[in-house]
Amino acid sequence: MQRFKKIFATDVYIVPLVAILLGFLVGAIVMIVGGYNPIEAYSALFQRVFGSPYDFGEAIREMTPLMLTGLAVAFAFRSGLFNIGADGQVIIGMTAASVIGIKFAGLPMFIVVPLSVIAAGLFGGLYAGIAGYLKAKRGINEVITTIMLNWIALFLSNYIVRTFLLLPGQNRSEDIPASLSMTFLNSLFDNARLHWGTFIALGAATFFYIFLWKSKQGYEMRAVGLNPHAAEYAGMNVGRNVIKAMFISGVFAGLAGAGEVLGVFHYQSIFAASPGYGFDGIAVALLGLTHPLGVILAAILYGTLTYGSAGMSFGADVPPELIRIVIGSIIFFIAAQGIVRWVLKPFYFKRKKEKVL
Amino acid sequence: MDVLTLLGQLLNTTLVFSTALIFAALGGIFSERSGVVNIGLEGLMMFGAFAAAVGGYYAQDAGFGAWAPWVGVICAIVVGALGSLIHAVASITFKADQTISGTVINFLAAGSTLYMVKLLFEGSGETPLLAGFSKYKVPLLSDIPIIGEGIFSSYPTTYLAIVLVIVIYFVLFKTPFGLRLRAVGEHPSAADTLGVNVNKMRYIGVILSGMLAGIGGATITLTTTSTFAHNTISGQGFIAIAAMIFGKWNPVGAFGAAVFFGFSQAIRNYVQLFEWSKNIPQEFIFMIPYVLTIIVLVSAVGRSSAPKALGQPYDPGKR
Amino acid sequence: MSAAAPVVELKQITKRFPGIIANDSISLTLEKGEIHALLGENGAGKSTLMNIVFGLYQPDEGSIEIDGKPVIIDNPNKAIELGIGMVHQHFKLVEPFTVTENIVLGMEPKKGLKIDYKSASEQVRKLSEQYGLQVDPNAKIHDISVGMQQRVEIMKTLYRGADILIFDEPTAVLTPQEIIELMAIMKRLVAEGKSIILITHKLKEIMQISDRVTIIRRGKVIDTVQTSNTNPNELAEKMVGRGVTFKVDKQAPHVGQAVLKLNDVNSKNKDGISVLNGLSFEVKAGEILGIAGVDGNGQSELLQAITGLRKIDSGSITMTGKEIANLSPREVIEMNVSHIPEDRHKHGLVLDFTVSENMVLETYYKSPYNKNGFLDKEIINKHAEDLVKQFDVRTPSIENMARSLSGGNQQKAIIAREIDKNPTLLIAAQPTRGLDVGAIEFVQKQLIAQRDQGKAVLLISFELDEIMNVSDRIAVIYEGQIVGEVFPQDTNDQELGLMMAGSLKRGGNANAKV
Repeated sequence: MQRFKKIFATDVYIVPLVAILLGFLVGAIVMIVGGYNPIEAYSALFQRVFGSPYDFGEAIREMTPLMLTGLAVAFAFRSGLFNIGADGQVIIGMTAASVIGIKFAGLPMFIVVPLSVIAAGLFGGLYAGIAGYLKAKRGINEVITTIMLNWIALFLSNYIVRTFLLLPGQNRSEDIPASLSMTFLNSLFDNARLHWGTFIALGAATFFYIFLWKSKQGYEMRAVGLNPHAAEYAGMNVGRNVIKAMFISGVFAGLAGAGEVLGVFHYQSIFAASPGYGFDGIAVALLGLTHPLGVILAAILYGTLTYGSAGMSFGADVPPELIRIVIGSIIFFIAAQGIVRWVLKPFYFKRKKEKVL
Repeated sequence: MDVLTLLGQLLNTTLVFSTALIFAALGGIFSERSGVVNIGLEGLMMFGAFAAAVGGYYAQDAGFGAWAPWVGVICAIVVGALGSLIHAVASITFKADQTISGTVINFLAAGSTLYMVKLLFEGSGETPLLAGFSKYKVPLLSDIPIIGEGIFSSYPTTYLAIVLVIVIYFVLFKTPFGLRLRAVGEHPSAADTLGVNVNKMRYIGVILSGMLAGIGGATITLTTTSTFAHNTISGQGFIAIAAMIFGKWNPVGAFGAAVFFGFSQAIRNYVQLFEWSKNIPQEFIFMIPYVLTIIVLVSAVGRSSAPKALGQPYDPGKR
Repeated sequence: MSAAAPVVELKQITKRFPGIIANDSISLTLEKGEIHALLGENGAGKSTLMNIVFGLYQPDEGSIEIDGKPVIIDNPNKAIELGIGMVHQHFKLVEPFTVTENIVLGMEPKKGLKIDYKSASEQVRKLSEQYGLQVDPNAKIHDISVGMQQRVEIMKTLYRGADILIFDEPTAVLTPQEIIELMAIMKRLVAEGKSIILITHKLKEIMQISDRVTIIRRGKVIDTVQTSNTNPNELAEKMVGRGVTFKVDKQAPHVGQAVLKLNDVNSKNKDGISVLNGLSFEVKAGEILGIAGVDGNGQSELLQAITGLRKIDSGSITMTGKEIANLSPREVIEMNVSHIPEDRHKHGLVLDFTVSENMVLETYYKSPYNKNGFLDKEIINKHAEDLVKQFDVRTPSIENMARSLSGGNQQKAIIAREIDKNPTLLIAAQPTRGLDVGAIEFVQKQLIAQRDQGKAVLLISFELDEIMNVSDRIAVIYEGQIVGEVFPQDTNDQELGLMMAGSLKRGGNANAKV
């Protein structure tokens, strides 16, 4: 998309780094206004993440779904689509994984586990594909349909869990025998809930990069994302690419769901409201400038901040919501680069501008 | 319960649910008609709901009595406007991507409102309960069967919303301001060359959207929840966006769409009164409004009615 | 010319943009009651200069005087206050609004809080009568013709009391008849005491209507001359900086078999209105068929129908005997059809792809570029290098974004890509729009070279000169029909103009179904 090109054209690294610093600065100011000590708070945050093997492992656990939902949103963005529905796709992925993981538990695990993961990706993808199909065939804005599909996914999965998987008397499914946990790391990370989903996420990022920039189909998708008109004139099928892009985006989100139920909780809850995975994914995708490597780094940052925020509230008594302000500000500064440029101007850009003239 | 009373109550509940959506959708119209996508309505409603809960609570404490909720509404307007200013600065002045900038609003709202609630109320996750608005029966009119109960025994905010639909329709389509605002959203450089200040109009559009979405959020705390917590606003802003698109960026259309959403929310409370509904899983009843929206979008609305310059920052220096 | 101070005097205006000097110390005077033409190629700096006069840009150096008084025009409002009005080349009209709404926007008459539409449309009607413009105040913009839309633009300036009118390339989209009417309107405006600056690159119009001409080239004033003391050749030489031949060199065509045949093609748009209306013609190997017509008479739809972008309701389109109607764009491309689209930014290039990536936009999926689903970057780059060299596309490297190229080089890149496919049929839509003289010559030569190699060439252009000079045969399109087929040597602008306006039909051969 044109707007992202701008971001990439200049100062690829400096602007995001400055944006991150400014975001922390805003957070610090907000804390000072609220009567907290920002230095204490931030150090509590990082201490929480890096303080013990368990917490470090748990932070990685926190980053994993962020990577996948971030990739999901970023991939759609690259094809010119705003997938606000990663949330619903995660839920559908969870539900597919739970159903297979519970109902096919009789089969050998080396079959059930991959099958659950594949089902999660497939159904997440198909679910996102609905929005892609409606966009391609009927021209309906995917933002609206994915919002609606989020709600539908929530209720649909609640229905499935309540009707077919329920642990009697509880608001959740039976335990899922299929597991993605990396139990061999338990001693190393003090039983932190590490699971294979992290590697699935890294694999997805690699796939994202190779597919989009090296393959024939990725070329097509980028062309459609950057200029659908020219793509159509050149003989590409824009509609099919839109559906395909949404499908792949949904697969990423669905895989995030598999990781959560098979690797972390080992059951699926009945959700009272949207669990919010997709919205975190939007933030991660934007922070990562919709590039797979950027998304992984952004997920690490975001995961560190959100996991650490609990430590912040424990250690320095700062409400953990502060971290959302920090993240919102970082995205704000990345989006409104003019502000960052303005801040940097005296140091850096002045020289450059003179050169141009 | 007899059918007439039931219908009246259903209508009344419909309007309770619709009111917040009407305000927010009207707000969305102002912003998008001026050419600025406002996906931040959700966050702006959050700001409004928060401000109304806090403002209303302190006003109640200060002895404003029945006027306390109105103080809450005014706080919501101010805080909504301030929140939308962030969106305006980023997307108009600094030409940030409008969708991203709107997303930022949602983030900042979610973070800052709860942060402040915890700050103000000693770490509590929600604001203290407040009295909020009470329903007002319009003399004489409230005695009419069905609509007397349904419409003329509503919260003051509902009356305000209906009046605003008419006022905003008039403003958009009959006044110079409305003509200019729409021109800026359709063809900013045409407006610019005639001396209409494009960015000023867009700022006004976005800030009005913040104020209206703020009232929308306030409506929820002051008529439905009586408190503000993390889940007070959960998706209403997005539904309002859907209502705006569904209503083709027209105040009357958006009103109709908002009432439709309100109705489908209300009906799920009433359908459970009937024996036959026991056979339908409740989740499917909950899904109705969302499924219906998609079906309606598929069958009816074209995309031609969106303002033409929607989403594009205005750059007069473009050669 | 009066002895009073000129109505506008520009003194040594300089304007720089990153990388270029758009205006380099330009001075110019406009006398009262004068039509002063500003002549220059695309990119010479005419529009920049006028945008400065209209307050859209600020000059870096120099000053402006109006009626002898120095002024600073820092926004369009100021320009309007000073009585300056601009008729933009790309109309600045809000499509869903009415004529009246467009005219009063920003200066609405009010009754209470409301816009007083009654008095507004009354004022518009009066203005229309005073200047003989015949505009319906209550019509919606998207319902009126291009000529009418231009009059609305003129009325916008008159409504604001403009005395100085700037016309920016006003004839680009008009039929010859509409041009005549526009000239009459301009004369009437001058007679009523207005002064006019006419920006154009068309010499014929300058000779017909202007009193003086200022020629600018690469941002500098080359000369200002009395129109009566000059001639088109002299002006052209000054504009381009070298001798120019208006005739395109070409041999007589060796016409072969019919390649593309359209027979009774009908297509409706989304609103159910016929846009192609029983359209028939054929293009033979070794000839250039030019489609003449006013913008909006079905040219775009015709292209879409041939290239598979639009479904047709009835009729047939065949390529070398095979039916191609309603095939997908890719299937049509694979029938050896190349297409230089009319909007190169929107349809011809992915501006944020590299030059190299753009060169395989239609062929990336074929060998040797595609190997088992992966693109062979080396071969793609080699291919791009070759084309860039062969067609002299000026770019720092093939890894640069297409966006960074000049318009002429972007067009060269598209032409390189399309010709390289060795097409049986080459479709060129507005291939020279917005290009400077050098690039225009290049493009036209390429088209003729293709025709000389026995390719069938379909040229669609709004520029009558181009149609007359390049085509071997001309078909005139009007309201989705071919209303006439003629040979360029047997016709003239006047006759073509009448056909383009739908008031004359002339079947050149049996194919013309009228």
